[in-house]
Amino acid sequence: MIMGYTGKFLEVDLSSGKITETKFNDAVLKEYIGGRGLATKILWDRLGSRWEKIDPLSRENILLFLTGPLTGYYPGGRICVSGKSPQSNGVIGSTVGGEFGVELRCAGYDGIIVAGEAEKPVYLFVKDSDVEIRDASHVWDKDAKQTMTVLTRECRELLRKRYPNYGEWKEPAFLYVGQAGENKVRTAVVAAKWTHAAGYGGYGAVMGAKKLKTVAVKGTGPLPEAVDMRRVKRLIKRVNDIVYEHVLWRRWGTGGGGYVVGAKTSSEPVRNWQDEWHDERSYGVDQFENRVWIKQYWSDFGCPTCCLKVAMVKSGKFKGAITDNPDYEMQAYLGPNLGLFTPEENVFLSALIDDLGLCGIQTGNVMGFAAELFQRGILTKQDLDGIELKWGDAEAFAALAKKIAFRKGIGDLLAEGTYRAALKIQKKKKMDVLKYAVQAKGIGIGAHGIRSGKDYPEAIAYVCSVQGGDHTSTAALPLDGSGSELAEIFNDSGVYCNFNSFGIPRKVKFDFYIAITGMELSMDDWFKYKALRILQLQRAMLLLGGPDLKWNPKIHDANPPRFYEPLPSGPHKGKFAEKAKVEEDRKRYYEAAGWDENGIPKTETLRRLGLENINKALEKLRYQS
Amino acid sequence: MTVKKEPIWIARELSKCSGCRKCEIACSLAHEKRIWPEASRIRVFMLVPGTDFPHFCAQCENYPCVKACPVNALSVSKKTGAVSVKTKACIACGKCIDACPGRIPHMHPTKNYIVICDLCNGDPKCVKVCEEGGWNVLTKVTRRNQAYKLYARTPEDITKSLAIKMYGEQGEKYL
Repeated sequence: MIMGYTGKFLEVDLSSGKITETKFNDAVLKEYIGGRGLATKILWDRLGSRWEKIDPLSRENILLFLTGPLTGYYPGGRICVSGKSPQSNGVIGSTVGGEFGVELRCAGYDGIIVAGEAEKPVYLFVKDSDVEIRDASHVWDKDAKQTMTVLTRECRELLRKRYPNYGEWKEPAFLYVGQAGENKVRTAVVAAKWTHAAGYGGYGAVMGAKKLKTVAVKGTGPLPEAVDMRRVKRLIKRVNDIVYEHVLWRRWGTGGGGYVVGAKTSSEPVRNWQDEWHDERSYGVDQFENRVWIKQYWSDFGCPTCCLKVAMVKSGKFKGAITDNPDYEMQAYLGPNLGLFTPEENVFLSALIDDLGLCGIQTGNVMGFAAELFQRGILTKQDLDGIELKWGDAEAFAALAKKIAFRKGIGDLLAEGTYRAALKIQKKKKMDVLKYAVQAKGIGIGAHGIRSGKDYPEAIAYVCSVQGGDHTSTAALPLDGSGSELAEIFNDSGVYCNFNSFGIPRKVKFDFYIAITGMELSMDDWFKYKALRILQLQRAMLLLGGPDLKWNPKIHDANPPRFYEPLPSGPHKGKFAEKAKVEEDRKRYYEAAGWDENGIPKTETLRRLGLENINKALEKLRYQS
Repeated sequence: MTVKKEPIWIARELSKCSGCRKCEIACSLAHEKRIWPEASRIRVFMLVPGTDFPHFCAQCENYPCVKACPVNALSVSKKTGAVSVKTKACIACGKCIDACPGRIPHMHPTKNYIVICDLCNGDPKCVKVCEEGGWNVLTKVTRRNQAYKLYARTPEDITKSLAIKMYGEQGEKYL
């Protein structure tokens, strides 16, 4: 067995209620590491032969909660959630911060594989090797805060009863869905700690479809033993020392972004990306810091950065709203993107999104899209069930968010996410509305535009990513460069916080892996084989897609139309993505990734990586194109 | 580092705790040579998100846990003022937990004895990492004549205080 792993995975079949343990052989763990990498392997092996037929929201889909060998050791704990995505119909390695991954490894498991679908709402309670499926009817239809309050109390009572001599029990770590997940909203998240979310991918809808409200884990063991603990300790110190130097990054987290990304780099979504520049001083980080932050440093396991801040509105009509920061993505998408420019409105909407278990990025994206259609008279007040969806009206957007979470009226349509909603509205209104949809392959684009070239400099960042609009996993050349998607795959497969990897030399991250597992890992190993293999698997499953949607690289390996329109104002006014440049970069990317001119992984690439069975599955796509 | 002759105490400003749990990591590495949150002598509770705080021995002036031990497994270190556990003598009966106003001691997760903060023989590792990070929730002070036992409170009790301090009346809803 490779060191640094517990060596065991939990298998839970919610249809039969059967709980078993499974193992992966060393060769698999060596090649796919954990998290996102291992997710692609598990999903391909188990669902690959009928991938196109599997509805992500059916009982056939598999939901994965995977740690990696670096979880708990590399400062900043996370867990990777995956499965067939109801957004892209491919695979997303969606990670969320918190103690869940550490608790799971301390309970003796590297991951949980959930299959089937429960008859009635349930939650999974893992206490070391005692694992049970419990009734969750009493927390079904409860929001994030209510769910955590009830289950924290309930699980601690259970532990106290079962182990009366232990002393006081700390809370277990929870992953849960809000009402949005229960209602299979495609923009629903798998959430933690009231405010943290694995958003990209829409796995909250998968969890809800399985009627799995929550997973609670308490592990009382140590982290699985590392090969060279002295070296691991030195590496932890190295990361801490580098991070402690970043004084303002620690103080503000990404909370400085709401102003700066607009004012300084002109790459923030403003009114559904009709602009990317604003200079609203009311949205400065000082305003967040002085008016709503009630805890300036909040963090997850082992984290030296503490980019999270707890925010609460203390006066006015939004009094009582609690969320974190909001972090930059929430600031942007539930702020300027909806024409809102005050911390209070932003905290209010962000807290509501958290409570309902929605993704702030995807939901902010689809609400911005709807508001632009309203602005243009394409969607009327009547279409919107009486909501006047005007820019800057926080309460109107709150009303819409609730409709989305409960799939009520217009919310049912928007709950499909921007791309699917656009297709339906297009049909109904008989006009092109896709030009207002700012998304890539079913996934709303993260709040970092490419037009100014000052923030995300790559024209193909979202065009060629195997995770669509995911701003944490963008494509860049060279493939072995620091901005490459292959580098992101390492964070998501080792499973630690990418926000703690800023400014950390790549060698340090690889050294963590080596010191923990005792396995070799060279740059060549990673960038020419392992990561590339994971990338091909993700690309293959993305292109196979189905059953409701399929992507054709010729059409869909593209920027949203809006990125080809010139920026209307600000210091970078007039800038836009140049089609010829995008085409050229895309071609170069295809070549570097070993894909043919149609964007399909080449036979020789797949053979070299030992992925013959994928080659076979892609034959029909080659034939079609 | 030289160890001061006078006993020490770890002062704590709980509402500043970021919940980074570096104290748990440092403590378990020092005592168990592993990263092992549940075996740490200092444990961070987060019964309500945002109200994270470290829970660990306050060295009450009257040491009720020591008095409650039926087998004399607990004693007070003259040098540091910490409660020492004779692991071989401990019968894991849990009487010290019940005697502690904060229910702070807890069982070692895999061994048959109680774990209580030993102040790292006067050079507490948790304080060191907390200071390194700049949080300064934990600071080392000289033990004088203060009401240290006030800090021995149950996790529920502390959570309630912190939740109300942070979230006001609304905080009570989350308990």
